[in-house]
Amino acid sequence: MNTADQYLKTIYVVQDSEDGPASTGSIADALGVSPASANEMIGKLEDRGLAEHEKYKGVTLTDDGIVRARDALQTYCIIERFLANVLAVEDFQAEARELEAVIDDTVAERLDTIIDRQPECPDCFDPESDACACLEIAATPVEPEQQ
Amino acid sequence: MVAVSVSQRVTSDDQLARLLQIGIVLEEVVEARAHRHYRQLDAELDEAVETLLADAAEESADHRERLEAIIDGLGVDSVPFDEIESLVDARYGRTRPEDFDDVLYDQLCNEETAYKFYDDLIEAVEGSDAAFSVDREELIATLTTIRDEEAEGVREVTEVMERR
Repeated sequence: MNTADQYLKTIYVVQDSEDGPASTGSIADALGVSPASANEMIGKLEDRGLAEHEKYKGVTLTDDGIVRARDALQTYCIIERFLANVLAVEDFQAEARELEAVIDDTVAERLDTIIDRQPECPDCFDPESDACACLEIAATPVEPEQQ
Repeated sequence: MVAVSVSQRVTSDDQLARLLQIGIVLEEVVEARAHRHYRQLDAELDEAVETLLADAAEESADHRERLEAIIDGLGVDSVPFDEIESLVDARYGRTRPEDFDDVLYDQLCNEETAYKFYDDLIEAVEGSDAAFSVDREELIATLTTIRDEEAEGVREVTEVMERR
């Protein structure tokens, strides 16, 4: 997932939790970057027609931005589910955050073929736990289904 | 919400090992899929496709072993392979290719995905100044060889597709 997609995903989640435009400060905090870096990327997203920034109000994703943000959130869910249910990683949220920048969407799509993602994804994403609310955390890899 | 990373770099042995484990699973997907298709082709033989899939399965097994050797060098436990194998096999057992073109297209996606994965991984390793427990030059050389073989795999599938 590239940096722009990480921003879009974050703005989408912040907008949802703030129930309105996402403030630059919240976006920067969520991404662990400086407000200046966040502003720079937000400007690029505006140029690409993916977000709109209104002074003193915050950032709102455009329809195109929302589509890409939801795709990015799905990719993140795939990585989390893969780590939790296939590789039995306990702290899958922390590892997913580390890995999301290195895992391309096409790779995530392949991983998606061996996990059971729910049809409501990514609406099931819970920002508080930073995880899919439907994710059943397994201590060991899931048993393959009988054919 | 928790802060996320926006850097496209590999920064630790553990992170590298995890990415290599993902590589192993991707190889396993290619291997399981190619093997399954190979067996299904018994009734209607097409020598070119059969050879392609047999070679793909063999190459994936070789890649998997090389990745496992690096993970061993990092001192991190590898993927429980037999469990992953049965999981991948069970998931793919639900689908059946319609015809040769289906088989080839799927194989093309597998090879392209693996290529993209290794290409990104090499970039992420090169972009990092972390000191890994394995020799960096050897690591990059191994990943580059595997990536180039995936690129060759893409070329081979494309050629067979074009000939049909």
